[in-house]
Amino acid sequence: MSNKIAKESGARRKDAILSNLEELGKRFCGQIGEGVFPWVEMKSRSTDNIFYNPELRQYDLGGKTIKRSSRIISHLRPFTELVWTAYFAHELLRERKTSTLRDVYYSAQAYDIFFKDQAESDGIITDLETVTGYSREGFHVFPEERSAVFGDLTIEYTVPGYEGRRLNFTSHPDGMMIGPALTDSLLIETGADKVIVLEKGAMLTRFIEERVHEKFKAILVYTAGQAPRSTRYFIRRLNQELDLPVYIFSDGDPWGMHIAMVIISGSANAAHLRELATPDAKWSGVWASDIPSYKLPSDKLTERDVKRLGELKKDPRYKDELWQREIETFMKIKRKCELEAFSRYGLSHIVDKYLPERLKEMED
Amino acid sequence: MAGFTNATRSMFTAIRELVENSLDASEVEGVLPDIYIRLSHDDDEGKEDVYTLRIMDNGSGIPATQVPLAFGQFLFGSKYRLRQARGTFGLGGTMAILYGQITTNKPVDIISSTGVSKVYEYKLMIDIQRNRPVILDRRVHVNKGRKENRWHGTVVEFHLEGDYYRAMPKILDYLKQTAIVNPYANITFVDPRGRLYKYQRTTTKMPPPPKVTLPHPYGVDVETIQRIIRITRCRNVFDFMKEHFHRVGEQTARQFLEFAEIDGEIDPTRLRPDEIVKLVQAMKNFGDFLPPDASCLSPLGEDLLRAGILKELEPELVAVSQRSPSTYSGYPFIVETAVAFGGKVPNRGDVNLYRFANKIPLLYDESGDVSWKIVRSINWRRYRVAPGMPVTVLVHICSTKIPYKTVGKEIIADRPEVSREILNGIRTVARQLKRYLSRRERVERQVRRLSIFSRYLPKIAEFSAKLGGSQSQPSTDKLYRRQTVFKDLMTSDQYVDSETFEAESYRNVVVYVKNKHRGNTVNVRVLGLESSQWRKLIEEANLSASSELYEMLTKRVELVKIQVRSARTDKPGIVDAFIDGLGE
Repeated sequence: MSNKIAKESGARRKDAILSNLEELGKRFCGQIGEGVFPWVEMKSRSTDNIFYNPELRQYDLGGKTIKRSSRIISHLRPFTELVWTAYFAHELLRERKTSTLRDVYYSAQAYDIFFKDQAESDGIITDLETVTGYSREGFHVFPEERSAVFGDLTIEYTVPGYEGRRLNFTSHPDGMMIGPALTDSLLIETGADKVIVLEKGAMLTRFIEERVHEKFKAILVYTAGQAPRSTRYFIRRLNQELDLPVYIFSDGDPWGMHIAMVIISGSANAAHLRELATPDAKWSGVWASDIPSYKLPSDKLTERDVKRLGELKKDPRYKDELWQREIETFMKIKRKCELEAFSRYGLSHIVDKYLPERLKEMED
Repeated sequence: MAGFTNATRSMFTAIRELVENSLDASEVEGVLPDIYIRLSHDDDEGKEDVYTLRIMDNGSGIPATQVPLAFGQFLFGSKYRLRQARGTFGLGGTMAILYGQITTNKPVDIISSTGVSKVYEYKLMIDIQRNRPVILDRRVHVNKGRKENRWHGTVVEFHLEGDYYRAMPKILDYLKQTAIVNPYANITFVDPRGRLYKYQRTTTKMPPPPKVTLPHPYGVDVETIQRIIRITRCRNVFDFMKEHFHRVGEQTARQFLEFAEIDGEIDPTRLRPDEIVKLVQAMKNFGDFLPPDASCLSPLGEDLLRAGILKELEPELVAVSQRSPSTYSGYPFIVETAVAFGGKVPNRGDVNLYRFANKIPLLYDESGDVSWKIVRSINWRRYRVAPGMPVTVLVHICSTKIPYKTVGKEIIADRPEVSREILNGIRTVARQLKRYLSRRERVERQVRRLSIFSRYLPKIAEFSAKLGGSQSQPSTDKLYRRQTVFKDLMTSDQYVDSETFEAESYRNVVVYVKNKHRGNTVNVRVLGLESSQWRKLIEEANLSASSELYEMLTKRVELVKIQVRSARTDKPGIVDAFIDGLGE
């Protein structure tokens, strides 16, 4: 069993973000000094500029840009808010504190900046992401939702008060919450050779009980449905920094396929960011063809499911052989099923029979 | 008696008739009217509703011997010559006094002088049955002073029953409206509570008195012909036509008599009633009379009308228009219109209307009047007037015969020639209002827009500096600068300069001035320095109470400064002003 050592540290990223923000401030000050109304140009996030990039294998923004200038009266307010948000993000990083979207909305008031509502502050944060290219988690603005991780992975904290402390993720049998501290931590070493991503909490508990992390040398990540951004970022880190293949297990239905696809190639909303997709991750089940193969109890597809499948069939992200094959199978058998369906054959059936067979198949 | 239908109306009519007489008397002389009115309670007899009314003027005065006749008899007054005059029959003053006598049984006191060495005082009552004055007392006073300085005028004091508190709104309305159309008059009113209302003149220009003219053949009726016959000295109808009618010469007279089949040699005093009727009908039907000219009319003129409105309504904007003379049924008439907006113009929900006929305000029966109907029929939204805006429209008709709808009602009839002139007159001034309001809306939008720069640019500089790690905040002055040049400045009678604003580097320069005083108007000028010379960028503008000026300068200059002063001596305003410069 070889332990993998982390290749890259997160601290370097933080420095890069800090200087990126500082550059922005210096640029505006320079413009003001020259008698020029400060302005900034960023990629357009309108739907006509969002494309699936087959080389990157994720959503990406096209060439259209928009210019936001403080000379234009209608831009003054969002521009001012953008500058403040950049300043606030810089302060967060510098002081090693974290915030959430909602928190930013309220914090602004302390600086005499008044957002109309949280939607407005959310939008400005997204603008800052677009301008800098870094996700908000990089600025220490985290979402509320948390998912969990479990397995043989040792991390070292970088957050204030915990610097230098290390933790292994097998220490708590319910799994560890993926929050700001974990997102910023250094990945030290792992005894695992793969990552298994699970959509459902019941599956995480089952896998931990069945000691999947030992039997299959896997790090388990539970997404709680649609994977939150910080979780997607974390999965990407595991894949890139530790060279671990990622296998995604979701329910066998169009929605489960979508969950897997977002982890793999990102969301349209985050088309301006490159850090949130794991293009090498693989959707590993439950496939449509598993339903007859494993004789799984299933439900009838609803009309909405059928409609959705039709849309997916045409979606460029799903053009690979595996996706197309499974979409067609869904449409042919007109059935769908959940991960829990395996329990029909006993609580450990999924771990004893399905998992080893599927993993072997994926590794080949 | 029309106008004396109830106690409230009677009091109003009495005041009005006597004030109009006084104004007439001054104008005939070419003298700037000074009119003093005092209304007080009569304390004796304990009756609450008996008053003493005293009106004093500085007009021509009445010759001593004519005083009793002037006030003690009906139908005195030379109204057989058609000059534009105020009252319809000249009965008004006498009616008022008669009303007073009937309701209180007290005599009238009249003091008058034409400027001679004596002042005559009479105590009179009217013998109604015999239509004769009864002189109860007569005194003679010395008229002090040298010949040029001696007093001339008339004082009338009498008692009448009335209800001041009900009549008060109409009386004050009347005085205010009269002050509008007579801006050269000083009118002072002391009411029974001792309150003083002063309407001061703001101009010494008076309109020229109307010229006397003869009636036009189209406009006469049988009664008028009979009256003229009674006083004529002509012994034949041919001369009669030439002498007593407007623009009827030898040729016209001859042609007319031929048309009418009337012998020109007949003595007019011998005409039979049926012949008079035939004459009148022929006059109406003869198509070759020359049209009347308007020289007999004396409209206010645009300058005076504007002065009067500015004085009494203190608006933000006033627009006036005088139409060309027109005729209806042979009577010449001229319509003058005006519109006033903002400032102290009263806000009554709908567009407010002031009506005048031969300079007399019409205060009753508004909803039947043609002007009212026209004002209501106009879609004011088209002129950018929204409900709730303070807008007043004025319509003045002057004519040798005002086209009243019915006797006794203050309603102008809906004749096509007249309503056309009124409608077009109102449209003309409404268009000017629309231009002003559109500009104002645009300016208001600009004020709001530019203020946004002053709100946000400093913050951009502050956070950019903090973010970029610089110690000092860069100055945003080159991008946008607001310089407050006046703050709570009390204006004086002379123009005061503000500090100068360096305007050269800015692409757009905007000037904002606000007069915070609630009562007084100020004058504003904006000057720009170009090649060492100061030029006027904004000509002298009136900034009435509680109003603002916001102008973008179109010319690029080196320096800009604002000048302000009080519009009226010793009536200062309070001014705030700033200048905005926007770069790029």
